[in-house]
Amino acid sequence: MRDHSPAGTGARNIGIGRIVLEGRALVALAVIVVLFAALSPTYLSADNLIVMTRHVAVNAIIALGMLMVILTGGIDLSVGSIVGLSGVVAGALLQGWNLSLIDVVVYPKVWVVVVIALGVGTLVGLINGILVTRFKVAPFVATLGMMYVARGSAMLIADGKTFPRLQGSPELGNTGFAKVGLGRILGVPMGVWIMVVIAVVAFALLSRRPFGRWLYAVGGNARAAELSGVPVRRVERRVYVLSGFAAAVVGLVIASELTAATPQTGESYELNAIAAVVIGGAALSGGRGNVRGTLIGAFVIGFLSDGLVSVGVSTFWQMVIKGLVIIAAVALDQFQQRIKRPVAPAAGGESPGADAGGGQPVGTLPVELEPRKPTKGKN
Amino acid sequence: MAVLDSSDNRVVLRARGIAKHYGGVRALKGVDFEIRAGKVTTLFGENGAGKSTLMKILAGVEKPTRGVLELGGTEVAFDNTSEALARGIAIIHQELNLAPNMSVRDNVFMGRELRTRSGGIDYAAEARAVRDAMERLEEDIDPSTLVSELRLGQQQIVEIAGALLADARILIMDEPTSALSAPEVEVLFRVIEELKSKGVAIVYISHHLEEALHVTDYAVVFRDGELVAQAPVEDIDMAWVIHKMVGHKVESTVGSRPPAELGEVLLSIRNIVVPDPLTAGRNVVDGVSIDVRAGELVCIYGLMGAGRTELMEAVAGRMQTSGGEVRLAKRSLAGASIRERIQMGLSLVPEDRQRDGLVQMMSIGRNMVLASISSFTRRGWLVSRTEAQRIQHGARETLVKMGSPKDLIGSLSGGNQQKVVISKTLLTNPKAMLLDEPTRGIDVGAKSEIFDLLAAQAKRGIGVLFVTSEIGEALTSSHRIVVMARGRIVREFATAEATRDEVMAASGENVAVLSESQETGEIQ
Repeated sequence: MRDHSPAGTGARNIGIGRIVLEGRALVALAVIVVLFAALSPTYLSADNLIVMTRHVAVNAIIALGMLMVILTGGIDLSVGSIVGLSGVVAGALLQGWNLSLIDVVVYPKVWVVVVIALGVGTLVGLINGILVTRFKVAPFVATLGMMYVARGSAMLIADGKTFPRLQGSPELGNTGFAKVGLGRILGVPMGVWIMVVIAVVAFALLSRRPFGRWLYAVGGNARAAELSGVPVRRVERRVYVLSGFAAAVVGLVIASELTAATPQTGESYELNAIAAVVIGGAALSGGRGNVRGTLIGAFVIGFLSDGLVSVGVSTFWQMVIKGLVIIAAVALDQFQQRIKRPVAPAAGGESPGADAGGGQPVGTLPVELEPRKPTKGKN
Repeated sequence: MAVLDSSDNRVVLRARGIAKHYGGVRALKGVDFEIRAGKVTTLFGENGAGKSTLMKILAGVEKPTRGVLELGGTEVAFDNTSEALARGIAIIHQELNLAPNMSVRDNVFMGRELRTRSGGIDYAAEARAVRDAMERLEEDIDPSTLVSELRLGQQQIVEIAGALLADARILIMDEPTSALSAPEVEVLFRVIEELKSKGVAIVYISHHLEEALHVTDYAVVFRDGELVAQAPVEDIDMAWVIHKMVGHKVESTVGSRPPAELGEVLLSIRNIVVPDPLTAGRNVVDGVSIDVRAGELVCIYGLMGAGRTELMEAVAGRMQTSGGEVRLAKRSLAGASIRERIQMGLSLVPEDRQRDGLVQMMSIGRNMVLASISSFTRRGWLVSRTEAQRIQHGARETLVKMGSPKDLIGSLSGGNQQKVVISKTLLTNPKAMLLDEPTRGIDVGAKSEIFDLLAAQAKRGIGVLFVTSEIGEALTSSHRIVVMARGRIVREFATAEATRDEVMAASGENVAVLSESQETGEIQ
């Protein structure tokens, strides 16, 4: 049987350019590292690498949650606010939970604080999920709404102020919160370890569990997934829960690193996470993307931002450059999708598009890539 | 082999040496081809023979790798469909190119809106034109209806109306009837006659051979990207076409004999009522009862809109029912989700495999195991080796021709894609299978393979219930035919005793049009 796999034909035609294109995010990362290492002598120092990776971890954890949502064709704009909310919840609890009804101030143990803060973030995610699946609110709108609700709640809890000095005190038995973000294992900060663990879990989930397969199926064609027995709504609900959880983790990590919780923390984090996911090659319409790409995307953004800072590029230019990188990543991705679209029929096959199955004609916009949600009136 | 006189002055379009390569694949290998005014030229060929590719080149959808097009003697090259349209070439696509969120009127005039003097869109004139076209097609579709509210068949009518209103000199029809009912086909044929008399050149593609032979003036046969034969219709017959298409003889498949022994009733559908999701108070399925026994192939025959698809979707758990009961191996399925029904052993191969059957972004293998994925996990983790074995088994069982299971599903031909959908169902170990138009838009060879497969599954004791609009399929591939019309069962036949005319008459179809070539019907 002849080999008509797109990769097979592509590799022959394009060769090295193809490899660069395939691994473009990685290539971009390498370019960034080499460039800034040349410009700034301290860029590749161990200390700086650790600092940068800590920054990356924060974005990567959120981005991994975001990846799951985006794979189903959804989007989660509320994660930045969840970061702020979970941090503030933790801060409030560590400062003492004032039960005004019985006039007692409770100082919960750190693990209790952590569980509650994670629970709050997860709950926001669950609400997102229910809004999207049960009430059929478009993900963009549902999570946009929850973005405001969560941010507002954080402000209300903190009364707009910062909870400082979260290291706790031995008398109250609530020390150790600082370890969540500042603790180190083998010299590597906790936040980075958490990223590693979450990445491994996410990878296992996506590639080794039916749930992962279902994510891709729902994002690729929700109708077909449903008819194949995929519990579409359950899957959709769960990704928002996971995303909310990941954001809450980040809220704790940041609050711990700063030993302070500010309700404004996490603003625009959702956009950084989305950027990492798309730089990593995911399709916003769902069904395409992976953990490795998303991690690389997070590293690209993090190492780029910190590199620009280290060579003294102004904040305004940083924004412009970051924006251009994101656009370039997605434009390249579209280009790549176009050249690798299945144009070659398998042996004994038919001409592309001879049947509706051939996909769309070569060179047109990928309208087919839009997720096909169950349409109204056909339930 | 008859060679057409190419000096014919009625030739309006001539293609010379047209070749089209996709990467390393040569979809067309240098084709010379002519279209004549006032005649229907039909392209025959299996999927992948290059028909659709050639049509796309003629219509400006794609550019040829080599070769030239001559329109009325001058060389032309189209960059896009609107350039082709401006030169009088219109195409009715096989896959419906409609925006479901827009009205019939807006779809018909998309890209060539009629303008008022002030530069706005002349909606009234557009609506009038659409109404006129619908009248010609004898369809009662209001111009302001949203396309999403139309049946597939009606959507196809909209495409046809659009092509009519383009006032084309050359009209390409790629599978125009795949979703039409017989009366609608008849109307279409009348419209074709009318267009011919006005000197319009028509290029016709259909998998429905008898229908295509009925309408055509010239037959052109493609095989493997080459034009292998052409002849005026007077000189040829169905056998000639099939012989040229396939290159070898096709066996007619699946006897209409009753199976040796029928088992117990596996699938029992009792008085199912499905309300119309769009019109309150109307039922699209109105009290249908069907029993399918183990080992039995039951065919539901009927026109588009008879409620067949709705019945299937209701039984599969997709559509809400307002009455009746479905039992599978004596267990009631009341309230069971699609997922639960699949786990209990009942699953559906949907009518529209692009929309409902396949995930285009996923590989062949992953599509194949999508429905059965939970069944080969160990403590919730996928076992890759088992998965690979399942895929291999599925591909072998359904004769999917593929390179690697890791290739995207879109790299397969329509017939092979359909086999993947069927394989996906089979891998769930169903007790009963529902198939809605399992051979829609696929080639002759794949059709017979699919029915052979279904027969083999039935022999293993699976109950098979399938829907078809092709009378030949109904008569050759089932044990029993249930005819539906307007949401009800109007008649049942033991297939061995059924005749073509009786079955078609029961469905309300006009028998006269298509029964001429009856003797060759079993090919379908």
